[in-house]
Amino acid sequence: MAKLENLQTLSKHVGRVWNVSWHPKGQTFASCGEDKTIRIWSRENNSDLKWLNKVILTDGHKRTIREVSWSACGNYLASASFDTTTCIWDKKSGEFECNATLEGHENEVKSVAWSKSGRFLATCSRDKSVWIWEIADEDEYDCAAVLNAHTQDVKKVVWHPTEDILASGSYDNTIKLFKEDPTDSDWMCFATLLGHDSTVWSLSWDKEGKRLVSCSDDNTLKVWKQYLPGNSEGVATPEGQESWKCVCTLSGYHNRTIYDVSWSHLTDLIATSCGDDAIRIFREDDGCDPNAPTFSQIVCVDRAHSQDVNCISWNPVVPDVLVSGSDDEIVKTLQSY
Amino acid sequence: QCKLDQLENQNPNVYNKTGERLVTTEEEDDNVVDEFDSREVFDLIRDITDPEHPLTLEELHVVQESLIQVDNDNNDIQVNFTPTIPHCSMATLIGLSIRVKLLRCLPARFKVKVEVTKGTHNAENAVNKQLADKERVAAALENTHLIKVINQCIASRLCLIG
Repeated sequence: MAKLENLQTLSKHVGRVWNVSWHPKGQTFASCGEDKTIRIWSRENNSDLKWLNKVILTDGHKRTIREVSWSACGNYLASASFDTTTCIWDKKSGEFECNATLEGHENEVKSVAWSKSGRFLATCSRDKSVWIWEIADEDEYDCAAVLNAHTQDVKKVVWHPTEDILASGSYDNTIKLFKEDPTDSDWMCFATLLGHDSTVWSLSWDKEGKRLVSCSDDNTLKVWKQYLPGNSEGVATPEGQESWKCVCTLSGYHNRTIYDVSWSHLTDLIATSCGDDAIRIFREDDGCDPNAPTFSQIVCVDRAHSQDVNCISWNPVVPDVLVSGSDDEIVKTLQSY
Repeated sequence: QCKLDQLENQNPNVYNKTGERLVTTEEEDDNVVDEFDSREVFDLIRDITDPEHPLTLEELHVVQESLIQVDNDNNDIQVNFTPTIPHCSMATLIGLSIRVKLLRCLPARFKVKVEVTKGTHNAENAVNKQLADKERVAAALENTHLIKVINQCIASRLCLIG
């Protein structure tokens, strides 16, 4: 059994913390929440594992900030808000400033994510739509697509780790995958992943982007796997399109809604944050069948926070370091052994 | 209470109110820890006003003590409420009022689930899912119009009675 230890308890936010996001270099992360502020936390130096709140961004949004996301280059921070807008922040002037505001959603924006290629940004909303924004020029974002594939509130968007492929999770219980059609450069939904019995709250890709893990209000985690046309397993691929199949359901571990999931690209461990106040870590069993993988819970911290844990994220550079945020207004950094 | 153009349920059944809670000597003793019980939770929500009628949720039997479950050790509270008619369009608003009242009055450690009593509303799954989605509840509570309506429903009507 592994261990998870508390490194630091950061209590600067007033009101629930909704999201945390690591800077791609792993020395900095951002947090946001009900208090309409974004806080940027940095380490003093590489050897020190203590983070300090260096910057507070307060003037971007009029309502709750639901999610923050760093661009792959690390120069931009996007924030999605219940005020229907998404702000793009950068430090070109030396200080963090909001230099672009993306408008168009009719309702609360729930999630925002940058593609690894740096070409696209995606947002999703309670208005049931997913928007793809093309980064045209400095501080210029063109709407490349409005995707109305979901029938309900869209909770989460996450980009593939290497390609311009987007996954979204929704209150309609489904996950959808989108990509650009190479023939006409229109964005299309090429897969709908059915299996969850309630809201899909979050998603995380494995390091190669051939598998996806999802978490839900149905208290389960599901692992989905890609099957390309001509796969040796004989999984049908209608119309020459890749298929995505649920190869593993982890049930019986979480006692309430699972709000977030993070699949480490350094250690392959899966961390979850749950409405039962716990943080859990799962590891894939050695030698299991890749078409029916099994995972074991290696850590469960029952009272990781004193209220619902809304977000969890593995450090992209420093192995085994996690950051979490909760309704208890606290951000925690944690280390697993 | 909020005004509607047309009442959905013009003549609801009206029931008697429960008496005051009997306070035991143990409860008056500051040295004894009182655990939350269903009666205490009931007392918090019984006087919420129905959005349609100048009556309390208790008088309409929308809330009843027997439909409240409290598990102190596990910080778990389940409140079932019964809409007066199975197609009541106010069900979500009533559920939200109950949630908001309990959110404000109970310690944050409690996980409160507010659901329609099984079999009493024709969209109960949809109403329950919405009430259980804390993100949508949080967004709704930032809506100034909605929170005003909810506050009106929650506000104690003792001033009118007195």
